[in-house]
Amino acid sequence: MPKVNFLAVLPEAILLASACLILVADPFIPERRRNVSYSLSLTALAAVALSCWNLLDEQVVRYAFGGMFVTDPMAQVLKLFACLATGFALVYAQSYSRGRAMWRGELFALALFTLLGVMTMISANNLLLIYLGLELQSLALYALVALRRDEPRAGEAAMKYFVLGALASGFLLYGMSMLYGATGTLDLNEIAHRIAAAQVANDKALVLATVFLVAGIGFKLGAAPFHMWVPDVYHGAPTPVALLIASAPKMAAFAVAFRLLVEGLPHEAGHWHLMLLLLALVSLAVGNLTAVAQTNLKRMIGYSTIGQMGFMLLAMQSGVASGTTASAATAYGAAMFYVITYALATLGAFGVMLLLSRQGFEAEEISDMRGLFQRRPWYAFVMALAMFSLAGVPPTAGFYGKLVVLQALLADNSSVPVVWVAVIAVLFSLVGAFYYIRVVKVMYFEAPADDQPFDARPDMRIALSANGLAIIVLGVLPQYLLGLCSSAMVRTLGG
Amino acid sequence: MNATYPWLSTAIWVPIAFGVFLLSAGRDRSADVVRAVALVGSLISMLVTLPIVTGFRLDHAGLQFEEQIAWIDSLNANYHLGVDGLSIWFVPLTAFITVIAVLAGWKAIRERVAQYYASFLILSGLLIGVFCAVDGLLFYVFFEATLIPMYVIIGVWGGPNRVYAAIKFFLYTLLGSFLFLVSLVFLYRSSAGSFDIFAWQRMPIGLSTQILLFLAFFAAFAVKVPMWPVHTWLPDAHVEAPTAGSVVLAAIMLKLGAYGFLRFSLPIAPDAAHHLAGFVIALSLIAVVYIGFVALVQTDMKKLVAYSSIAHMGFVTLGFFIFSPIGMEGAIAQMVSHGFVSGAMFLCIGVMYDRTHSRNIADYGGVVNTMPRFASLMMLFAMANCGLPATSGFVGEFMVILGAVQFDFWIGLAAASTLVLGAAYSLWMYKRVIFGQVANPVVAGLADADPRELLAMGLLADAVLAMGVYPRPLTDAMHASVGQLLVQVSHSKLPPGL
Repeated sequence: MPKVNFLAVLPEAILLASACLILVADPFIPERRRNVSYSLSLTALAAVALSCWNLLDEQVVRYAFGGMFVTDPMAQVLKLFACLATGFALVYAQSYSRGRAMWRGELFALALFTLLGVMTMISANNLLLIYLGLELQSLALYALVALRRDEPRAGEAAMKYFVLGALASGFLLYGMSMLYGATGTLDLNEIAHRIAAAQVANDKALVLATVFLVAGIGFKLGAAPFHMWVPDVYHGAPTPVALLIASAPKMAAFAVAFRLLVEGLPHEAGHWHLMLLLLALVSLAVGNLTAVAQTNLKRMIGYSTIGQMGFMLLAMQSGVASGTTASAATAYGAAMFYVITYALATLGAFGVMLLLSRQGFEAEEISDMRGLFQRRPWYAFVMALAMFSLAGVPPTAGFYGKLVVLQALLADNSSVPVVWVAVIAVLFSLVGAFYYIRVVKVMYFEAPADDQPFDARPDMRIALSANGLAIIVLGVLPQYLLGLCSSAMVRTLGG
Repeated sequence: MNATYPWLSTAIWVPIAFGVFLLSAGRDRSADVVRAVALVGSLISMLVTLPIVTGFRLDHAGLQFEEQIAWIDSLNANYHLGVDGLSIWFVPLTAFITVIAVLAGWKAIRERVAQYYASFLILSGLLIGVFCAVDGLLFYVFFEATLIPMYVIIGVWGGPNRVYAAIKFFLYTLLGSFLFLVSLVFLYRSSAGSFDIFAWQRMPIGLSTQILLFLAFFAAFAVKVPMWPVHTWLPDAHVEAPTAGSVVLAAIMLKLGAYGFLRFSLPIAPDAAHHLAGFVIALSLIAVVYIGFVALVQTDMKKLVAYSSIAHMGFVTLGFFIFSPIGMEGAIAQMVSHGFVSGAMFLCIGVMYDRTHSRNIADYGGVVNTMPRFASLMMLFAMANCGLPATSGFVGEFMVILGAVQFDFWIGLAAASTLVLGAAYSLWMYKRVIFGQVANPVVAGLADADPRELLAMGLLADAVLAMGVYPRPLTDAMHASVGQLLVQVSHSKLPPGL
């Protein structure tokens, strides 16, 4: 195993270098030339995306730093989309942040560090590195949530996020320490190997470790009953930051769940399989039912995210139960596809919210969307697509997310009555559809509340239009992304 | 006939392309241009369905005009289209009704005209897609996607209570569809990864699984038909929808549910279908008799026709579940006929509503005095609605009643009560609205139907009469496929050894 493998960490290296550069250079850039930092960040993101893209078709799994860091096809796909999501978030953030004294170097540097944390988590093959990535991501996000110092709600959200995030990290760390104690190694492959070879000091510690790890992952995903922070943070954080939290970090949480549970603890699957199922069902119920009562769109999306993560966990838990590598790859591919389409739709929804916000006005109540169809039919359409996608109505990308998760779920031939789990899941999705189409209702069927013109910058318009088109194009021709996810998973699991 | 040209794809994508064009280029400033483009688009869309009718081979029970392209490799789903005797008529019917719908909204819609017509054209393409798709996933995508334009049509251009109606419509149908989705995925898993409907039809399935599948299908299709007791969304949706929305809803969208029974429930779960036939027949008879009475007491014309639609669709499901050729062909004939007749009835109500902005029967009376040409055409449709011989309504009802009497005399008798009830509610409404003295100044000031309205109604009248006088081509085309379906349904699919 190589000591350092520069090729494997190329995207992260670029990202780290540019984040540091922006951090150092920005204080010397005058206020009116802030676009320099912005362009620099976007260029860096493009370079990172490109380097991920180049590695996309690699068959081999590369290790770096003595096996602490792994670059496999799954990691490349997730990193690519995390990178795109962060880029879109920065573009969407522009006009909002300019009007609220947030358009500073910190925003760019912290966003890039968040992404670096996300990418580290995605590629971490070692307990310590997972923790390192997690903390890097979380600390950057805590600071981002609190970026508007004069806004009490943001401060409160940051506090809550920090305290609960620290708790979650504690859970995860505690689980990791037990895992280390039981197996005597930090390397995930080695952990799996030692458990398989029954070289474990204490079996009970393993079970306990699994419980804590699942709880920690549940926190990070925002799955019920570890979801309390989600709505408050989504609601309180500045909208661009909420967008950032809702997109790339979900992919990281998925990757960590995959690395820890599937790669590290496959032999404990009997335990975590049911835990995840339980988390999934509780999340579906809590998320969808509570979202119905919300009037604030950000809060509603927060609650709905809980339900969405529940749905994703259904695929996650079924991968192991079906037995064969091929069907496991299908299941994890499905979960990955689900996370990506979820992020795509959420980006669109937050994007439209940011479009409507202007100086001194936060478009974040559902009623703020009133009559958007009459004011700007195209952006109303983009928002409608995002909502239909989250609801899982074809022809949008989200439908195929639901479809592949259901088909992964029904492949499960364990003792769990999966058909009924699937029925419960779709019934809660129906509840979900109610509040998603309510947003469409407000936009299309009600008269506009205010006629204030809003003007979007061209880069934002292009990004938002591309986002909307991506939702519908993937809804008609999902083959490419579906194939990408499942083949990446096949190669990851096979290699 | 050039069999290799993808006529079905053309029929699906031409209206959608026109719709997308209107959506992107149409503005309210140039509303007349938008209307003209929409009309041209719908006419072209109708023309491209003609080769499908003329090139259809009557002796062939299987798929015709088949197209198959790999669509989603990783799920083994194909873009697989084809029509057979069960679906052939719905393709031109949809295109035809879309032309009527475009004509119907010509003057009434003044705001966001482009989006309005775009919704109808896109809806038309999606509906044709449902009737042509023979891949389970493709069918589902088209089936579900039709919800979005209809939701928007009801919600944006509908009546005062449109929001409630639109959401109710959406959620009701979505509930059924989600269960349908689970069963599709289940079939996909049990057929070792295939979305081919015909593979599912051949696959042996145990009885209890079949019953669950049947019920899941039933949830989707019964809501769409709609069958009693899940029909309550329909009167709301019809009353609030704009005229053209009601026309498309009644004429085509309700057929999706009935068509689903033919394509999924009966051939995939035949044993369950036999098992639960009594249940479905009972629900159908309730729809025919009870909803017939409900229609009788309506004071709102649109509601009345909406309830009569439910009663007529009860005939369709009754015809399916007596498992005889005459019943099933009658049911399909009834579906086509109902497409014309209910569409025409809603159009007539729309013509009056555009002038008076009232749908209340009590607000009318003596319309014949001011709108004689309109009144005579509506007479024809009201007669067709109660199944008068020589109108299209007679063909299907007569065949279904015949089949029902063969099956069981008392069921036949109960079904035949529709002849009395249908006549009662249709003609009584007609009498109160059209005949008598001029009831009020509003009616006195009515202008007779203009050429555009006469054209729309005249086209429908021709169709109603043609089908009533000479239904042979209609039933001939479905003969082979219905025969094959009945053979399929009569063979048990239970796995051997059970």
